[in-house]
Amino acid sequence: MRSETMTLNMGPQHPSTHGVLRVALELDGENVVACKPIIGYLHTGMEKQAEYKTYTQSIPQTDRMDYLAPLSNNLALCLSAEKLLDITVPERVQAIRVLLTELTRISAHCVWLGTHAIDIGALTVFWYCFREREKVLSIYDMVCGARMTASYFRVGGLAMDIPAGFLERCEKFVDEMPGHIDEYESLLTKNPIWLARTKGVAPLTAKDALAWGVTGPSLRGSGVNWDLRKAEPYSGYETYDFDVPLGKHGDAFDRFAVRVAEMRQATRIAKQAIQRVRKLGEKGEYRLRDWKYVLPPKEEVKTSMEALIHHFKIVAHGFFPPVGEAYHAVEAPKGELGFYFVSDGSSRPWRMKVRSPSFVNLQALPVMVEGKLVADVIAAIGSIDIVLGEIDR
Amino acid sequence: MTLAPERVEQRLREQFPGVAFERQRGEAVRDFTLFLPADQLVGVCTFLRDDPECGFEMLSWMGGVDLLPRVPRFECVYSLLSVKQVTRFTLKVRVPEEQPRVPTVCGVWPTANWHERETYDFYGITFTGHPDLTRILLPEDWVGWPLRKDSPLGYEEVAFTHNTPGRKLPSPALKKLAPKKVRYRAQ
Amino acid sequence: MTDPRDNPFRTLAEQAPSRPAAELAMPMSEEDRLRDELERGILFTTVESLVNWARANAIWPLGFGLACCAIEMMAIAGPRFDVSRFGAEVFRGSPRQADLMIVAGRVSIKMAPVLRQLYDQMPDPKWVIAMGACSSCGGMFNNYAILQGVDKIVPVDVYVPGCPPRPEGLIHGIMKLQEKILTSKIELGPFPRKKKRKVAAS
Repeated sequence: MRSETMTLNMGPQHPSTHGVLRVALELDGENVVACKPIIGYLHTGMEKQAEYKTYTQSIPQTDRMDYLAPLSNNLALCLSAEKLLDITVPERVQAIRVLLTELTRISAHCVWLGTHAIDIGALTVFWYCFREREKVLSIYDMVCGARMTASYFRVGGLAMDIPAGFLERCEKFVDEMPGHIDEYESLLTKNPIWLARTKGVAPLTAKDALAWGVTGPSLRGSGVNWDLRKAEPYSGYETYDFDVPLGKHGDAFDRFAVRVAEMRQATRIAKQAIQRVRKLGEKGEYRLRDWKYVLPPKEEVKTSMEALIHHFKIVAHGFFPPVGEAYHAVEAPKGELGFYFVSDGSSRPWRMKVRSPSFVNLQALPVMVEGKLVADVIAAIGSIDIVLGEIDR
Repeated sequence: MTLAPERVEQRLREQFPGVAFERQRGEAVRDFTLFLPADQLVGVCTFLRDDPECGFEMLSWMGGVDLLPRVPRFECVYSLLSVKQVTRFTLKVRVPEEQPRVPTVCGVWPTANWHERETYDFYGITFTGHPDLTRILLPEDWVGWPLRKDSPLGYEEVAFTHNTPGRKLPSPALKKLAPKKVRYRAQ
Repeated sequence: MTDPRDNPFRTLAEQAPSRPAAELAMPMSEEDRLRDELERGILFTTVESLVNWARANAIWPLGFGLACCAIEMMAIAGPRFDVSRFGAEVFRGSPRQADLMIVAGRVSIKMAPVLRQLYDQMPDPKWVIAMGACSSCGGMFNNYAILQGVDKIVPVDVYVPGCPPRPEGLIHGIMKLQEKILTSKIELGPFPRKKKRKVAAS
């Protein structure tokens, strides 16, 4: 009997590839012999375009990289630029940044959970998850006027102060969120179909995960205790009390469990951050008081000549970092997200390199699915939580 | 950080006495960066991965930089990460324009595969020994290396400038974005 | 449709004539009852309005997300902006079952041929909404990698501005498209022609 393998092309338009990912699969019956992800269908040239923009002008571009977690991306860019400039922002700004990025983590995981469940066939979870995501988006809307692409953080602070009633709204959301996570878990965690589709599916050993550079919940699902918030703390994360959830087997279910546990931890951190902001004042400093790098407040511009000159300089040229380079990474919802800046002393970066977590995590897909069934490819793609905007940039 | 990068440099100098390591100095070089010759790259990386004291089991990222007027023109940056020791260490390789070749580190860390393909895609730096060195983000039939500094941004004049009656030339503000001398190189 | 004359489905039985009580008390004859029944079941309209009405209120979009806008496109199917109120919630995975392509996000040069192929695979009649600044005109990404407006490769019916547009904006775009469909002419396709008999040359 003659037998041959079949090549199946999945994507770039496929409902469960989370965007425009294309996967070329070589199949022997139902079994995957080889798997090759093909990317670049959303290549946007952001790294090139950043060389033509000032550091501040690049912030809106970062929103469109990982569009599920825009504020984490803003934070990564701002922290890298701040590292290059060697400045630190006030404690109140750090607390607001932590609060908003943790809310971002919740909303990003909500989208992941909803779409991952749809891929596997549990349609209901999507509606529950998007209900809570909308709440986070209206918090964004309140703070900066945009639902998704916030661009709220600036190098050296925030774009503007938090509005009145913001903390109460966050508090209300953070208080009711654990109950909603219980709802998701009651839909999925003990659901026999869900267990059958995720337990033991797409396993990734800790050694493989490290060799393939996998970071974030996918790495922690394999049992490696590596969280940048603990290992290389930034924005004062070392002063917050939270746990790093870990998996055991490194399969799709463990990655699911880690992310759900992370949502709970995120509410915990957000709660502490709200208390901290409240302690430091609901109105207060929201920028570094160094007018070489940040815009002076409007009242001072109208009264002080120096502030006016600084305002003019910052608006017209931006700030001028010293010649050098810096890399700073944050723990985004998907993993290690870092920006590498090379500065030639001008107000525009000479080179901006983005270390995007999805780009690296997706590389491990062939390791997870080769030799397994074709139906598990969908579960594997969903469980590593990719965003194509970030992969192709 | 439990392992100081200076200690890693010391280990490297002990292990590779003949190799010209050079620490990058500068006004604002915020990460510890070490230059090394390209032919020693694979050996040094394998040592850093397997050495029990260093144990850099992960390549965090790798990328290229184009420093156009400078000779040698390109640099490849390797950011190593040790999960065990909670340390980062950056290696750099200088790449000349005439022969942009670097040995691949895919054998040391498989994750380098896509990073090297991306660097090839953007800068045209070839990685010798790479298993599948093809374009990754751009279409396969693309000509040129878009992130090189002599490659233009490739913008398109927007409608309200070139459609204006009587306007012959593109607006000077947009023209300024393009580099003066444009060279395309065949693939 | 406030004015009843605008309603394409005016039925003759719409306004029941008020009858005197004495007449109502009288049992209707068999013939009258039959006429009444028939009038209630018949409606008069044009084929065009009927077909357009059906098309406009059951738009099946192609589940085709590209970038950030795709998340807002998912949000319109979500619980807060329930797009099924406007009959456009059936997102199809295959272009062969879809009427509407919502180009949600930036189109790269690499994606452009794929997008055109998907458009060609969609059966007629088909509509395109360019959602967001990127797919309308390139948006903030005016560089080597991004197609400056999807209207260079496919005809676009509705442009929705925003980066990304809010879900309300997209729903407004869908409603505009419904208005367009309701006023459009329908094509019946090529009429079957009689084959001309070939006359022998002799």
